[in-house]
Amino acid sequence: MRKHLLYGAIVFVVVILLFTLLPSVYSNEDLFFQAMVYLALAQGVNILYGFTGYLPFGYVGFFGTGAYATALSITLLHIPPIPAILIGGLASVVLGILLSPLLRLSGAYFAIGSLAASQMVYYIVSNPALQNLTNGPYGINLESVYQPRASYITMIVIVALVMGVVIYIRNSRFGLALQAIREDPVSAGMAGIHVVRQRAMAWFLSAMIAGVVGGAFAWHISVFYPTTVFDLNISIFAIVFTLFGGVTTVLGPVLGMFVLYGFYNVIGISEPQYFQLIYGVLILVLVLFLPSGMVSLMKRRGHYVP
Amino acid sequence: MLTYTIISGLLFGLFCSLMGIGLNLIFGVMRFVNLAHGDFLMLGAFGAYFAYTFWGLSPALALVVEIIVMIAIGALIYYAFVPRLLRSRDPEMLSLIFFFGISQIIQAIAVIAFSNNPRSIVWSALGSANYQVLGQGFQESWVVSALISAIVIALVYVYLYHTKIGYATRAVMGSQEEAASSGINVHRVSAIAMGIGLALASAAGTLSPFLLGSITPNMGSDITTTSFSIIIIGSLGNPLGTVLGGLIYGLSSMFMQSYVPSWANLVPYLLLFLILLFKPSGLLGKVVRHA
Repeated sequence: MRKHLLYGAIVFVVVILLFTLLPSVYSNEDLFFQAMVYLALAQGVNILYGFTGYLPFGYVGFFGTGAYATALSITLLHIPPIPAILIGGLASVVLGILLSPLLRLSGAYFAIGSLAASQMVYYIVSNPALQNLTNGPYGINLESVYQPRASYITMIVIVALVMGVVIYIRNSRFGLALQAIREDPVSAGMAGIHVVRQRAMAWFLSAMIAGVVGGAFAWHISVFYPTTVFDLNISIFAIVFTLFGGVTTVLGPVLGMFVLYGFYNVIGISEPQYFQLIYGVLILVLVLFLPSGMVSLMKRRGHYVP
Repeated sequence: MLTYTIISGLLFGLFCSLMGIGLNLIFGVMRFVNLAHGDFLMLGAFGAYFAYTFWGLSPALALVVEIIVMIAIGALIYYAFVPRLLRSRDPEMLSLIFFFGISQIIQAIAVIAFSNNPRSIVWSALGSANYQVLGQGFQESWVVSALISAIVIALVYVYLYHTKIGYATRAVMGSQEEAASSGINVHRVSAIAMGIGLALASAAGTLSPFLLGSITPNMGSDITTTSFSIIIIGSLGNPLGTVLGGLIYGLSSMFMQSYVPSWANLVPYLLLFLILLFKPSGLLGKVVRHA
């Protein structure tokens, strides 16, 4: 058990060191910031899908809600950025509470239901009728509080917290309870696990992560539109990174993000359609030959994966 | 205004039914959500576009050819990938990712081959007359598209309820295991259903330039979500319920467009969400909710 925690801690330290030191080696902070955003989102998907089996296709809804709640508390209420990010996380939890009836659905129904929910939030936020409040489709401008250095550090802290939470879940009774619920909710309930409460905890936790990450993203990018923060590709990237690496582990989403996002940055920006093609082929290969992700290569040899 | 909205809603609704029915057939038989549905529809639309602009062929003819080609492609995709997919731990979820991959590949190839510019077919390609229905004028292309949709849907009905393979298909929808144990070749039935599902998508695609406006290689994702809302309103896994879903969807979107245009985009998602929460099996379906 202690050894397992140690492995988790190693992954944690390596990730945080990488993101702290990389900008001084290769000065493209925005790239690493995006990488951290996807890493944190992938871990959020990991908490929900990996541990409870709910695949949130509309995960971006929480991300966008967090971004907008943060931005609006800065522009309308003049709250400093860091408390505003916390408000962003809170707003996502509120959205999570509103959407919690979705947890009654299972499998593909949940995936599609959450997708519909995120699109609804998008159409409400971007509606020209609400221009006085959200500025409708014309986006948000936060240049007055733009501080790339500070937002980068905030993001490192968020990634550290998220990684910490995932390491805790991976090694705790809570995580075991969630996995038991995923495998068979009825038996888990019989074994004394409070199914509804534990499942809702994972859902709110995952919503809060996306909200906080969205808030930090809004602060860092400072000018954005509803289409930027409610882009479905954000959900899909996070899900594919998680699955590619391997769910229910701390290491999986990290590996998936580094490999696929790194790959995306090497060829995806100059030749998007060729990247899309290779990406699609990679996904097929993954589904057909490595359905449990990259970490299953290690697991098959009998190694423990944190 | 009211009669116009109702009639155009019904015409549009028939097309919407055709748009969703292929997705629903595949879901009903295999329990797979075909996230590439819209992309197969897009391929059908481009097929009709090239047939019309290069060879002057009517979209109605392109539709027939596409149906045959797509049945073959669908069966091919089934035998190449699905048996392997079924051996994994969670095939239902993995199939989402799998079809997402297919959708990415189709979109990428379509962008490389057709470029990103929107294309459109002149609306008179399906006839240029103006029909009078209850004192309201409608473009012939809308009326003809709705008619073709109705004919194709009727053919699906004949296939499901009046052919031997259709009986087998409905048996597999009911329960794969029971169907297999009564001697039905589940793989063969599923492969045919997959082919027909994709063929129906491309059939809707040939009509889409007339009802949905210009076509682009990236139109697929939105269409997939719209088709979802249609089949969920109808009921998942019951292809003929889709007709009801399509009509409701067509009517409500026409009403929103006529009376509250700025909120019209919200309709499919709102309907989808409400029905999922309150009647997740769709208006005609049986209970599917779990603990």
